[in-house]
Amino acid sequence: MKKLLVAAAIAAAFGSAQAQQTVKIGMPLTLSGQFADAASQMLNGAKTYMKMHGDTVAGKKIEIITRDVGGPAPDVAKRLSQELVVRDGVDILAGYVLTPNAMAAGDVSAEAKKFMVVMNAATSVVITKSPYMIRTSVTLPQVMETFGTWAATKGGLKQSYTMVTDYGPGIDAEGAFQSAFKAAGGNIVGAVRFPVANPDFSAFVQRAKDIGPESIFIFIPGGAQPAALGKAMAERGIDKKKTRVLGSGETTAEAALKSMGDNALDIITAWHYDYTSKNPLNVKFVKEYQGVSGGRNPDFFSIGGYDGMHAIYEALKKTKGNTDAEALIGAAKGLKWESPRGPMMIDPETRDVVQNVYIRRVQKVGGELVNVPFETIPMVKDPAGERRKQAAAKK
Amino acid sequence: MFSSAVGVLFDGFAYGMLLFLLSVGLSVTLGMMNFVNLAHCTFAAVGGYCTVTVVNRLGWPFLAALPIAFVAGALLSVVLERLLFRRLYRASDLDQCLVTIGIAFMSIATFAWFYTTEPQSARPPAYLLGSVELMGRSFGIYRLFLTAVGLAITALLVYSLEYTRFGARVRAAVDNQRMARGLGIDVDRAFLFTFALGGGLAGLGGALAIEVIGLESTLPLSVILVYVLIVVAVGGLGSIRGSLVAAIVLGITDTAGKYYFPWLGAFLIYLVMVALLMWRPLGLFGKR
Repeated sequence: MKKLLVAAAIAAAFGSAQAQQTVKIGMPLTLSGQFADAASQMLNGAKTYMKMHGDTVAGKKIEIITRDVGGPAPDVAKRLSQELVVRDGVDILAGYVLTPNAMAAGDVSAEAKKFMVVMNAATSVVITKSPYMIRTSVTLPQVMETFGTWAATKGGLKQSYTMVTDYGPGIDAEGAFQSAFKAAGGNIVGAVRFPVANPDFSAFVQRAKDIGPESIFIFIPGGAQPAALGKAMAERGIDKKKTRVLGSGETTAEAALKSMGDNALDIITAWHYDYTSKNPLNVKFVKEYQGVSGGRNPDFFSIGGYDGMHAIYEALKKTKGNTDAEALIGAAKGLKWESPRGPMMIDPETRDVVQNVYIRRVQKVGGELVNVPFETIPMVKDPAGERRKQAAAKK
Repeated sequence: MFSSAVGVLFDGFAYGMLLFLLSVGLSVTLGMMNFVNLAHCTFAAVGGYCTVTVVNRLGWPFLAALPIAFVAGALLSVVLERLLFRRLYRASDLDQCLVTIGIAFMSIATFAWFYTTEPQSARPPAYLLGSVELMGRSFGIYRLFLTAVGLAITALLVYSLEYTRFGARVRAAVDNQRMARGLGIDVDRAFLFTFALGGGLAGLGGALAIEVIGLESTLPLSVILVYVLIVVAVGGLGSIRGSLVAAIVLGITDTAGKYYFPWLGAFLIYLVMVALLMWRPLGLFGKR
């Protein structure tokens, strides 16, 4: 690691002497493979911000350098982040679609003292990997614990059956929802985990239907699977008036709604962003975004990228262009702004995202299926981060 | 208990039919020409994307798109066979694998370029959706449709291979290529037709699969390819009957495993595969 530090120092000195007026942002992203869509949406979010706010801040030109990680590959993510710092002399690391990649790159940020902005990677613990890291996306406990509490209280549900994909975020979401739901007086009547690569959901859905719970909670990664699951539910004839279907934002993302059609009606989800929000900031953002992305609508990856760039711009403004990690993290702590998703803040203590969680229901608005928010839980902190803080205080 | 078993059997059978359509072409070409085509699911994806285009952009009915998906899969496989694959019939297995994996990767990038990486959908008509109640159990109409299509295709395949002159030539070419050539059978033509048929069926399977498993640009190298390879290995190379039985066994095992032992997840099919291959290393109906 010492070698790396020296190399980083030389590279930094060399870089700053050579290009005084540029701030380089290194983004290792999953530009190919299964998560390519997420990465391109995130990158387009960041580009949209630069298009709307110019590519110069505090007298310095902002330059993005991307690298392709190719998938969930912590070793590759770490090597590429390291190369970006050492070879390309980037000042800031940003991006990170997947948790394992962000975890591995956190070490580089901590050792090389580089400001790092996680624009997705939603597992709570990621943020502890480097003292120079902030997150502008969402954490799973933030949404799922909030949702579990809501379901058992205002949602009026006493029973739930959970169905999650058998991977890190799925297991986290399951734990978060179940513990909050039980703590608020609900009862978990059963649980099942899908294999990560699962083409056909009929058997799982049939099992849930035969148990006949009052509600079903789903957590499933975006892509083709939410639609496949939604179709299986419609085919099995799960009546959403009798059996409430609860899920995360990915379950009813734009593409999933399109392929589920009317089967998606009445699914209730908790999430932090939806492109159909009528917030004037968002309307403007969506319009600009479509110009950058060639007509695609933004999703939660895009808004993570957009707000990540905002945090970088605002922190640079405060430090007057100084890219020293201590200065930038100091400037980023406690930042507050109005995002297209609503009000948000970087927690001054945990450096994590604080934001509104919206409870939405799929409804038909003017012939289109839309996630219509009907309840807002304001400025939610990451509950797992709060627990870590309390545990640390006890010691 | 009884009614859930009926439901599981039905769902698994329908799923097996889908796997059969997707894999039978690979089994035949692998058995006949000894050609390891790992790009087989590319044909399925082409069929799927054709259906999406025809249904969503041109507004054709879903059922009319199915023959188009078949033709698209068949055409692509003919082009690939003539341009690339036929040069590799005598190459080593590794060369064949590398070339076809390369093609699969290129096809993924091509689909992503033209259709983005977003999941695509093509909705079947309303009368194929939903379910019917029978003996207190609901049966998905689309799955009934899948089963019907699968059975019809099987009947057609069996008839054309067992009772027609074309079928006799193909069987002769599979059993003993040199002898068939010696008898004046145009083996190259038989191969081409078989390749087209296999690609076409995969295209049709890809189109029918949209409603069950969805369609993404990564389909050519997704878990479906694993299922297809398992069907081919368990069924035995070059055997239509083998593919059919293996696909149904696999479909039912997978569905039953997920229903009765969800904690085993998708693992059960691999156990079944290992057990079947230990019992019959050449596959259920494999000859060589």
